[in-house]
Amino acid sequence: MTSSAPHSPPSEQWAETLHPGEHWSGVLRRGVSLRLTALEPRANVAAMMYNYESLPERYNLADTLKAQHTAFLTAGCVCYSDMGRILCSITADSCGWHDTICGLSDAAMVAAKFGASRFQEQRNDFFKNGRDSMLNELGKYGLGKRDLIANINFFSRVTVDDNGALHFEQQHCRAGDFVELRFEMNTLLVLSTCPHPLDPDTQYRPRSVGLRAWRTGPASQQDPCRLRCEENARGFHNTELMFLA
Amino acid sequence: MNSQSSKTKAARSADAAGVSGTLDRRAAIRDEIVAAGEPWMGIVTAGQILRIVDLEGNQAVDTLFYNANDTDERYSAVDTIRGQGNIYLTTGSALRSNLGATMLTIIDDTCGRHDTLGGACSAESNTVRYALEKRHMHSCRDNFLLALAHSDYGLTKRDLPSNINFFMNVPVTPEGGLQFADGISAAGRYVQLRAQMDVLVLISNCPQLNNPCNAYNPTPIRILIWAAG
Repeated sequence: MTSSAPHSPPSEQWAETLHPGEHWSGVLRRGVSLRLTALEPRANVAAMMYNYESLPERYNLADTLKAQHTAFLTAGCVCYSDMGRILCSITADSCGWHDTICGLSDAAMVAAKFGASRFQEQRNDFFKNGRDSMLNELGKYGLGKRDLIANINFFSRVTVDDNGALHFEQQHCRAGDFVELRFEMNTLLVLSTCPHPLDPDTQYRPRSVGLRAWRTGPASQQDPCRLRCEENARGFHNTELMFLA
Repeated sequence: MNSQSSKTKAARSADAAGVSGTLDRRAAIRDEIVAAGEPWMGIVTAGQILRIVDLEGNQAVDTLFYNANDTDERYSAVDTIRGQGNIYLTTGSALRSNLGATMLTIIDDTCGRHDTLGGACSAESNTVRYALEKRHMHSCRDNFLLALAHSDYGLTKRDLPSNINFFMNVPVTPEGGLQFADGISAAGRYVQLRAQMDVLVLISNCPQLNNPCNAYNPTPIRILIWAAG
């Protein structure tokens, strides 16, 4: 069920901690759940997703938003691919809003905001940016600039006013906030912990993020994400054809 | 009285054809009609002006741009939204690429607001949004895929990021609601862009019949290009 409390993982699980600013990628199989935990306030986790069995199928911002009549993501929502199928469901969420319309930071933005930074002086504390972090991970799978899709920014809240203007909420993410994703297809997940591109912080301060994965099995017939709307029921229907045994 | 009335009628008909304004249609280097439900591809070089005219009103025009000299660089909805701090496109909007560069700017807009969150319809998304039985219906992504397949750019489905929907109205509320609403465009309204780099333009004149984006009646558009000047 969807929940604002974390689900209890069984003893058999996998866990890692992402260093502030770290980029990461991995393959999450159908029926595996992944919990992202903000280990410090004001975390941001940029995410891109691809069908690991057919990489041209990937997270589609527009299909995700219009099928569910929402401009943000929270528990009960699913993340659609461009093929009418579901990459993952959001099964638990303590913060109620995850941005998916503002994209990534880039090298020019980070240099303008925080100043010059390079490995030679700062070693592994040099300033990362979202776009290059994604390109780094995408390259490991033969992907590149063509595959820079509209991403999710977990833990970040950006609202849109009546004139269409964006408003970044600085106090949205608290230490301990979490979001749980249950993967509905075998998914390549690419993450960056760089700050949100609209975070007005004048210092470069990425945050550490916990990852924990365990096997939950796929969505039941009574799953709240499936039942959220008729569109999602059809999205699960389309996805399940891929896994008929 | 008579001449006044005929002048008004002529002006009205010029408006409906989207050829009013300061640019002379006869000076355009391209002037083409795209039928309802058809794709269109073309090059607009740096400095040239592209006008898209909603000939009969409330017609969504799904549009993507690629750097014509390096198609790995292409329009990015999220970079555009983040860059201008606003989700709607209108005069003054800089259309940005996945590498952060400005590809085109909107220099005139008689509609007032265009969408870049709603994406393009597809057979698959139609099954999700409306009914499994809608899979057979013609869609923008089929237009995009076929136009790319017949072109020489080596572009495929990988190269279809979130697009612009000129003349389409997708309001977002402060609470985060999103819906496809009735259009705010009308016959003869147009949007005009100046290319800041050589761009390949990929258009699907949207065939969607299941929501109000085309007022349930897809209609033709006109595309005009003027030389740099």
